[in-house]
Amino acid sequence: MSFLSLTEQDREQMLETIGVDSVDELFEQIPAAVRLGRPLQLEPALSEPELVAHLTELASRNADTGREISFLGAGIYDHYVPAVVDAVLARGEFLTAYTPYQPEMSQGVLQAIFEYQTAICELTGMDVSNASGYDGTTVAADACYVAKHATGRSKVVLAETLNPQVRQVVKTYAPGFGLDVVEVGHRDGTIDPDELQAAAADAACVIFQQPNFFGCLEPAPDLAAAAGRAGALAVAHVDPVSLGVLEAPGTYGCALAIGEGQSAGNYQSYGGPHYGFLAARSEFIRRMPGRISGETVDSEGERGFVLTLQTREQHIRREKATSNITTNQTLLALAGLVHLSWLGPQGLRELGETCLALSRHAQGRLSEAGLELVFPKKTTFKEFAVRVGRPAKEAIRDARSAGVHPGYALGRDYPGLDDAVLVAVTEKRTIEEIDRLVEVLTA
Amino acid sequence: MKLIYEKSERGRRASSLPRPDLPRGDVPESLRRTRPPRLPELSEPELVRHFTALADRTFGVDTGFYPLGSCTMKHNPRVNERIVALPGFRDLHPLQEEAASQGALELMWRLQEILGEIVGLPAVSLQPAAGSQGELTGLLLMHAYFADRGEDQQRREIVIPDTAHGTNPASVTMAGYEVVGIKTDRRGNVDLDDLRGKVGPRTAGLMLTNPSTLGLFDEGIEEITRIFHDAGALMYYDGANLNAICGISRPGDFGFDIVHFNLHKTFSQPHGGGGPGGGPIAVRERLEPFLPVPAVVRDGDLFRLDYERPKSIGKVRGFCGPFGVFVRSYAYIRSFGPGLKEMSEVAVLNANYLLARLKDAYELPFDRLCMHEFVLSGRRLKREHGVTTLDVAKRLMDYGFHPPTIYFPLIVPEALMIEPTETEPQETLDAFANAMLEIAREAAEQPELLKEAPHVRPVKRLDEVRAAKRPVVRYGFGEGDEPQAEGTPGEVRQLEAQKGA
Repeated sequence: MSFLSLTEQDREQMLETIGVDSVDELFEQIPAAVRLGRPLQLEPALSEPELVAHLTELASRNADTGREISFLGAGIYDHYVPAVVDAVLARGEFLTAYTPYQPEMSQGVLQAIFEYQTAICELTGMDVSNASGYDGTTVAADACYVAKHATGRSKVVLAETLNPQVRQVVKTYAPGFGLDVVEVGHRDGTIDPDELQAAAADAACVIFQQPNFFGCLEPAPDLAAAAGRAGALAVAHVDPVSLGVLEAPGTYGCALAIGEGQSAGNYQSYGGPHYGFLAARSEFIRRMPGRISGETVDSEGERGFVLTLQTREQHIRREKATSNITTNQTLLALAGLVHLSWLGPQGLRELGETCLALSRHAQGRLSEAGLELVFPKKTTFKEFAVRVGRPAKEAIRDARSAGVHPGYALGRDYPGLDDAVLVAVTEKRTIEEIDRLVEVLTA
Repeated sequence: MKLIYEKSERGRRASSLPRPDLPRGDVPESLRRTRPPRLPELSEPELVRHFTALADRTFGVDTGFYPLGSCTMKHNPRVNERIVALPGFRDLHPLQEEAASQGALELMWRLQEILGEIVGLPAVSLQPAAGSQGELTGLLLMHAYFADRGEDQQRREIVIPDTAHGTNPASVTMAGYEVVGIKTDRRGNVDLDDLRGKVGPRTAGLMLTNPSTLGLFDEGIEEITRIFHDAGALMYYDGANLNAICGISRPGDFGFDIVHFNLHKTFSQPHGGGGPGGGPIAVRERLEPFLPVPAVVRDGDLFRLDYERPKSIGKVRGFCGPFGVFVRSYAYIRSFGPGLKEMSEVAVLNANYLLARLKDAYELPFDRLCMHEFVLSGRRLKREHGVTTLDVAKRLMDYGFHPPTIYFPLIVPEALMIEPTETEPQETLDAFANAMLEIAREAAEQPELLKEAPHVRPVKRLDEVRAAKRPVVRYGFGEGDEPQAEGTPGEVRQLEAQKGA
């Protein structure tokens, strides 16, 4: 076994030091009746070359975005991941470190988390960020928990234009948290502020998404103000790569900003692992879930970093903790920091403008070709919904056979939109690839 | 060392991006960003040097021995990193059609089968993102199961021993249940007399880590099972310490109904400085209808996602879970095959060897052979020399070792919780044991050497109380202090260096 390091001689010496005759003796504390007594029924061990061959064969049966022209989005996007991200994540010190409980051993990762928190605060216009949550769905549940305890209210209002998976996860958590979940329907692709305000009466928080699941721009400042008038906290679920172009939630009055970090620095990886981010105004700092890196000094007065405000956390506060989260997504959040640092403010804005311009171009070309946009009056960012004139599933199947994945079939989540495809256009798509999209959808 | 923001110069950048010849897209002024985010502005060479310097100031398993109890810091095989970067895995969109993601679906299905066999339970969901989310998922399953039987209003309590990880009670609260605490007896087992008095018609279930966080297999496990089954309650197995018993004993066979795995512990997903992890759960048949959707199922030669589970609790995370973690863990298990048993045997052998070498110099509160980890007490060093376990931990850094988990479990004063894992050679164990023995001598002869440790790290001992009193949790860009709340004295007192895994 190549991952074990003992020789037969080592084992004998060690058993002698312990004072037992065999390894089996070490297991005598397990009552005989609950020992397995047969080998595990698993396939035989594979050597390293055999293992690579087997997994390569499995991987070959997946159509990755390098094998077809992909316009799939709906929460996970085919953005470019710069080489420097791979290089940093390949460093064994980052890859194989544990949570930095012993700060003197882990200044590098603690400083990286501090820098990540700063980047997230800058993107979202917030005061504090945690070190990451599991993904863009669970941070929404976290935000509800923060809001419930901050307001003493138990109703949460979700926009119907919030990613359906995010809503499903909040609903799964709701019985345990003691939450009542209410949804507000959309009007022609976006949420009406007056309807939102009515629904938000006595609510702890309102969660909306900007750009929303259809790719449309919500009247986000109006929604945040509507939540505020009802006494509910406004929570914006945002796409990090949009925030060079779109206003920061902190600027228009949100109490918390959350989102899926995958767009910034993570590969699609069939849905994970990625990172969720959660940032808030400073008044919520002691209700935040998860790790937070904070600045301090060492015994000689030099700056250093530690995990801080740990009295919020499960290993100290146990059943009174703000969350049970322990393992988070630090490595993926580090990828996010590296990607955002690679972009810088200029690059982030350019990236957003490029997605926006390409997406507009695609909308224009599809409209010219006779396809109907689902929400033609609404401004969109990198994603938009288009009717394909027949069941979307069929259109997708046919387009894929021509080497193009046109996007996500919206009918699965929105009755009445069975003929609609949600098309995502990242900076990796080209004008020629958009031409191909038009060809296959109008064929 | 400077922060990346302190190295930033306006106008510098590392990125280059496509610039298609298209008009700029319009966005209503009211929604446009007014002030750009102050992200770092660096060239690529500076960026690489910055993160290399941060890596140099970080200690991983690749750097050296990392005996953090309950964290299972084993070697992470590099072949797994090569495999997970195959484009067919790395660049696969989670909403790709099922026919075009058969390899991914088959991998998940195979992993489910393997995990079920390892713990002796038939149904597996890979979806939870980490162990603590597996716990919450398991508790929500209990909720749904008892609601389905009309017993949900009555069964409100979850029984947890005092040796449990903090995640257990925290998960219980998040699931809307109440914690009932149980004591540990003098041999380190669950106190059965205490347990009998506290399990009854209000009990929904037990959460047990076995071997416990003391590194001891509960010798009364058969009686525990009887007590819970007689009460009609469910049993949840916290898989944090599964590394001790793979191929040797299976929780499903000794009565547990729900088990979570920590793929980042037992099955070698690298810990990444805090994550990612993976927290699949395995359950008995009667709980299967309540598992999260989608289920990964096999129909003949084809694999698909099944959303038609009307009794399902719903979704606990996006898509099917952290797929890249599944790839690494599947590869890891396939490297061992049925020899996985040897992984656990050597983990237990290594732990007992270290224990044998250390138990005279440090106190052993429960004098038994251990499983994959053990807990020592530094109480004697404190009493005789005024040196704390925190001091011992910091001094270990000077010898080039990551300290063990300290001050956990809470029932052992001045606890040192040591888990060497199976991947370490005897020489490393000896070097660590020698350092621990040397430190015990130093405690008697030169205690200040410990109290002022570490001496050789990039920073000296850090002031954690100050960090919590006046939290600075983001860079201030030279604008003066960030507006932050003041710490309360009570909270600061609780900070007393408690560090569990």
